[in-house]
Amino acid sequence: MNVLDRLKENFDEVEQALSKQEAVEESNRCLYCYDAPCITACPTGIDIPSFIQKISSDNVYGSARTIMEANPVGASCARVCPTEELCEGACVLNHSTTPIMIGKLQRYATDWAKHNEKVLFKRGRPIDRSIGIIGGGPAGLSCARELAVQGYEVTIYEANEEAGGLDTYGIVSFRLPKAVSRWEVEQVEQLGVDIQTNCKVGEDVSFNEIQSKHDSIVLAIGMGEVPNLHLHGETLEGVHDAIQLVKSTKKDDLPEPLVGKRGVVIGAGNTAIDGATCAIRLGAEQVQILYRRTSEEMTAYDFEYEFAKQDGVEFRWLTMPTRIHGNDQGKVTSIECVKMALQEPGEDGRRRVQPIEGSNFTIEVDFVIKAIGQNRYIDLLNEIGIDHVNGVVRVEEGRFSTSLENVYACGDVTFGEGHGEAMVVTAAEQGKQTAYRIHEHLQGQARTFA
Amino acid sequence: MADLMTNVGGITSPNPFWLASAPPTNSGYQVQRAFEAGWGGAVWKTLGDPIINTTSRFAAVSYNGQRVAGFNNIELITDRPLEVNLKEIYETKKRFPDHAIIASLMMEPKRERWHELVKRVEQVGVDGLELNFGCPHGMAERGMGSASGQVPELVEKQTYWVKEVATTPVIVKLTPNITDITATAEAAVRGGADSISLINTINSLAGVDIHTWNTIPNVDGKGAHGGYCGPAVKPIALNMVAECARNENVNVPISGIGGISNWQDAVEFMLMGASGVQVCTQAMHHGFRIVEDMIEGLNLYLDEKGLSSVSELTGQSVKKYSNWGDLNLNHQIVAEINNDVCINCNKCHIACEDTAHQCIDMLNDEDGNPILRVREEECVGCNLCSIVCPVDGAINMVEKLNDRPPMSWNERERVIQSLTVSKSS
Repeated sequence: MNVLDRLKENFDEVEQALSKQEAVEESNRCLYCYDAPCITACPTGIDIPSFIQKISSDNVYGSARTIMEANPVGASCARVCPTEELCEGACVLNHSTTPIMIGKLQRYATDWAKHNEKVLFKRGRPIDRSIGIIGGGPAGLSCARELAVQGYEVTIYEANEEAGGLDTYGIVSFRLPKAVSRWEVEQVEQLGVDIQTNCKVGEDVSFNEIQSKHDSIVLAIGMGEVPNLHLHGETLEGVHDAIQLVKSTKKDDLPEPLVGKRGVVIGAGNTAIDGATCAIRLGAEQVQILYRRTSEEMTAYDFEYEFAKQDGVEFRWLTMPTRIHGNDQGKVTSIECVKMALQEPGEDGRRRVQPIEGSNFTIEVDFVIKAIGQNRYIDLLNEIGIDHVNGVVRVEEGRFSTSLENVYACGDVTFGEGHGEAMVVTAAEQGKQTAYRIHEHLQGQARTFA
Repeated sequence: MADLMTNVGGITSPNPFWLASAPPTNSGYQVQRAFEAGWGGAVWKTLGDPIINTTSRFAAVSYNGQRVAGFNNIELITDRPLEVNLKEIYETKKRFPDHAIIASLMMEPKRERWHELVKRVEQVGVDGLELNFGCPHGMAERGMGSASGQVPELVEKQTYWVKEVATTPVIVKLTPNITDITATAEAAVRGGADSISLINTINSLAGVDIHTWNTIPNVDGKGAHGGYCGPAVKPIALNMVAECARNENVNVPISGIGGISNWQDAVEFMLMGASGVQVCTQAMHHGFRIVEDMIEGLNLYLDEKGLSSVSELTGQSVKKYSNWGDLNLNHQIVAEINNDVCINCNKCHIACEDTAHQCIDMLNDEDGNPILRVREEECVGCNLCSIVCPVDGAINMVEKLNDRPPMSWNERERVIQSLTVSKSS
């Protein structure tokens, strides 16, 4: 087996699926609570006891339908949801034995539907209204699915080669294989939703043109690339953007391997973990995560942190990069850092950090991966002329309406500045809710015109 | 350690655990393995005229992933020649002289044929005979097994014929496929039975394959009713044992059979009147080794209860088994929810709300935490909530004292009647 084929195996899904017997046994353990707390804990409100009960009665088709009805990206969420903080964390069995493996059962049912090529939903009786959705990620797909089920004409404008957004490009393959996200996209396409790929608003099509074609517009563009570090040496060869790196591993062919190379990741969120574990799986010899605070302040989920440690990723806390050095060929060779000291908590409650003078040191590296958050599409928002705060589109709470008439927004583009949570499952729910608000609005109009 | 020595109508064994007449006791090899494992006795698979068995023969019922909750078979009596069985019984008895070997017998209802079989079998040194009047399938169509076991006269007559020649104790095994099992139990006693054993298997069809629409089990696409046993039948068997035990005309020892899976089940059967027990399905599910825990568990239980002999258990609960009309209507219990233990699955609420008496409320305490509370005045003490509760100790059924004296339905009727009589006189 050649190196590339071997590395490719590193990107196979890590978590094993439940066998039929395991799934049935686990489903039989569910108490089938009444007014179950797991349902309340699920942002999309999946009727979890019901889908689990359907697994136990071998009605897996119905089970998948129950899941996907509430969550159009339920197969992805089965894999990426922080279940211990959501449904499984709320399971009453936490108080007596061990919680039900809800995520794994959800995966079992949706995998079954995918494997058996089941059609889960049908388009509703056609309504002569058209909705344009900008962005085919979890929020956009979810919104499109609900509108199409109602019977609306829906077009999704997707900048990438494929729809699915974060699920397709932003989550590492070994956690969420692309085929899963692709299946969810197909489910939406089957409802007659027109997905225009490679169609970037502002470049391939203007916002005005979209506006002229549709009765309502949904802005679900998510977030952009990793911002600049504003460090010397940032443009050297070997400095990567974590999001771009993850995206490159989700193409049919892997990017250039990092076999035998050493590098660092800057940042300690979930994206930093993704960047680090991708680098390891591309063959890197050593990967260190540099973070200026400590594990306490780190934003990555606990299970992500554990996963990275098991992959052999090293963590250097209280370490801030100050400069990236390169050689004559413009390739990165080392990174200079300074040690930090923890201070009292600031206004946001997080402890501040202060560089320790004279503590500078250098790490020799072949690559540097940036993972310090994501940029916003501020230019596009300004061009559209929509109200936003630092790229976070302002929406009316619960209505998803924006400063522009008939323009709605949901998902990560509305997340931040103290609003919402950046989870796939939250985006999916917002997409659904946006669809309902649009439907209410257009129905009202229809009555007026009649 | 208590004395586990057991005597069932004159048949003694080192402990009360016998293997029932069934596939586990088909051969000397098996019975000897069972005795090595610790079983106190074995009722040899029924001897009689030659038969031919079908494939397949068994089926089981799973419930929510629990395998063999119930078990069904269409196997007949032994399909090995009588002389082979007798030779192996002789050899086994020689190796295990202290263990009980009982020969199960089935014969067409003819006196001379019964005589002939009993004599041949007793020659090899069995400790007793068990007359199979219970097998519900195959043999019944030929007038044997449950076909004769359902007719009290036939039970009495055949028992009598056997007793005419038998020199060892005779157990009559009863079929549950009858409206009132005490009718045949009494008939067995009238015929001279030294003890009775019950229950045999219950008429059953284990299932239908919803994909092929075949019966379960099926033989080349066709099925026939079988005999049901295993954990699912225990309550039915326990009731029948108790009904016999409290019937004053059934004054012989009882060998309890039906879904006995562990020492606790055995204790229950003995408390309800059994002198010993017979086991089959549990052994078929897990092998003979299960008897080790049965013996140890029973021993420790007897020690804990301060009993020196297992025989002291027999019948202790029989006097507590009564008729509905004798139950105290003024006794009151209510559900009490322990919210410290409760995990808030709300199963008690929905069970009560939808299917019982609508008296468990879902509320919040002062801190806003969800709690469940019983409205005692509405609670009828039906037990349903505590039955569906998945956590031990979360719901207790507690006695609610009242100032009403005990009063059963029968007492109430008597009082009403006496009032009516005094009025009319």
